[in-house]
Amino acid sequence: MRKSTKRVFALFTACALMASLTACGGTQDQTADNSGEQTATLSGAVATGGSTSVEKVIGALSESFMESNPDVDVTYDPTGSGAGITGAADGTLDLGLSSRSLKEEEAAQGLKETTFALDGIAIVVNKESPVTDLSLEQIKGLADGTITNWSEVGGNDAPVVLIGREAGSGTRDGFESIVGVEDTCKYEQELTSTGAVIAGVAANPNAFGYASLSAVDDTIKAVTVDGVEASEATVQDGTYKIQRPFIFVTKDGEELSAQAQAFVDYATSDAADELITAAGAVPLA
Amino acid sequence: MKLKHIIERVMNTVFFVCGMVSIAAVLLITIYMVIAGLPAILEIGPIDFLLGQVWQSTAKDPQFGILPFIMTSVWGTLGAVLIGVPIGLCTAIFLAKLAPPKIAAVVHPAVELLAGIPSVVYGLIGMMVLVPGVMNVFQLKSGSTLLTAILVLAVMILPSIISVSETALRAVPREYEEASLGLGATWIETICKVSVPAAKSGIAAGVVLGVGRAIGEAMAVMMVAGNVANMPGLFTSVRFLTTAVASEMSYAADGSLQKQALFSIGLILFIFIMVINLLLGRILKKGDTAK
Repeated sequence: MRKSTKRVFALFTACALMASLTACGGTQDQTADNSGEQTATLSGAVATGGSTSVEKVIGALSESFMESNPDVDVTYDPTGSGAGITGAADGTLDLGLSSRSLKEEEAAQGLKETTFALDGIAIVVNKESPVTDLSLEQIKGLADGTITNWSEVGGNDAPVVLIGREAGSGTRDGFESIVGVEDTCKYEQELTSTGAVIAGVAANPNAFGYASLSAVDDTIKAVTVDGVEASEATVQDGTYKIQRPFIFVTKDGEELSAQAQAFVDYATSDAADELITAAGAVPLA
Repeated sequence: MKLKHIIERVMNTVFFVCGMVSIAAVLLITIYMVIAGLPAILEIGPIDFLLGQVWQSTAKDPQFGILPFIMTSVWGTLGAVLIGVPIGLCTAIFLAKLAPPKIAAVVHPAVELLAGIPSVVYGLIGMMVLVPGVMNVFQLKSGSTLLTAILVLAVMILPSIISVSETALRAVPREYEEASLGLGATWIETICKVSVPAAKSGIAAGVVLGVGRAIGEAMAVMMVAGNVANMPGLFTSVRFLTTAVASEMSYAADGSLQKQALFSIGLILFIFIMVINLLLGRILKKGDTAK
């Protein structure tokens, strides 16, 4: 019995060895082919990190960037805008990512911002709602519970139902920080996807919510904010208020590594526009 | 002869290894849950964590109190049992003792089908039908409430209650019932006073199984309960232990206290389920010795 077990074991080992050998051979050939195609090969790691809201956009950009530069490894650590800026300042990150502009004291530390995309957040209401325009101040009141009835802002005599996203969502963070209602929102529903928010608003005539500009469809109605319609164009020219920039944070005057610079160039190039749109953000004009 | 012997031994080992897989999985999960869940509880403080009423995990000054989730899970499960058990038990009695074969042949597959429906489908139907329904019937501003979740859970626990209770009722010795009938009791009297009491440990097992299903359900309740971390009220938007973990996990940053606290919630939920399983084991054991 022992003898045969041994034999079986040997057979297995042999098989495994052969398999791994062929596997190795295969990958080696492939990498050789790929690097042959590149004219100037970039290699090395690009450590990025920061805002959770930017994660999806950076994920899409880095995936496509790494496809054309297989030897570069772009990593993203979603720790929040603050941590991204700190990381860029103390050099632990090659690129910091933030979903807000640098504050004066941050810029004074010798940091530089490069905007590569914009994020527009639409305020959506049920189609039946007569409300078509809200001021930033009114939106704030509706969200933090100081306005509880739609009649106060020109709607029907009906209670206000705020439908939003779960804690940690970038859209929620964006909405709350721009409108100035951090941690004071009176939510009626906290849903886990933009689609669910839109479905929730569509199902309740008294609802209002927020969603990425790209997700707005005709089952709901996006209101104008201070008279400005939410669209790619109004976000790009800065007239639509509920928007924020997605920025790379780097040290001013210090040269980036070749691969990090290439990534920044790629993200700000026209080629990235389509990916940025697909990831739910607005590319620069 | 020799070959036969080898096959015997090899197959023995195969069965043994397969048997060990589930034990290993349980052990691994238990150890992992404790390791992942304990640090945040200790950091927040067990009292603040378990009895705190405010959950604001991403606020500037975060608070991690999970009492709203615990109470919601308890009330939600209790509510589901309150609605589901009478209906389930009556269905089981009907199927085991009263139904004409032709009707039973229709009801039986229906109950089995109910068990096989994925929870996301329950959630979807709850979202499309029950949420607006509850909103209109009770004139609420939003239909995503604890009540809606209870209604969905009540339907979801029916199959486990029905099938386990039915088996228990069928196992009641025919002589018990015949004796009762012989003493002049009607068939319904016999069922209520003889069959059901004789099957009570099996019925209890079905109920506990239902409780386990209700407390562990995440997807369906996430779609209908609104997920706001309020203290539970029948008509308020609530968040269960399960949905607390599921809804924030995807965006919680690695290594943050928020993520660790989510694991801690998982640990608490795990303890709940363990207790329910222990309870189930004891009920079944008691039933065996009674026989």
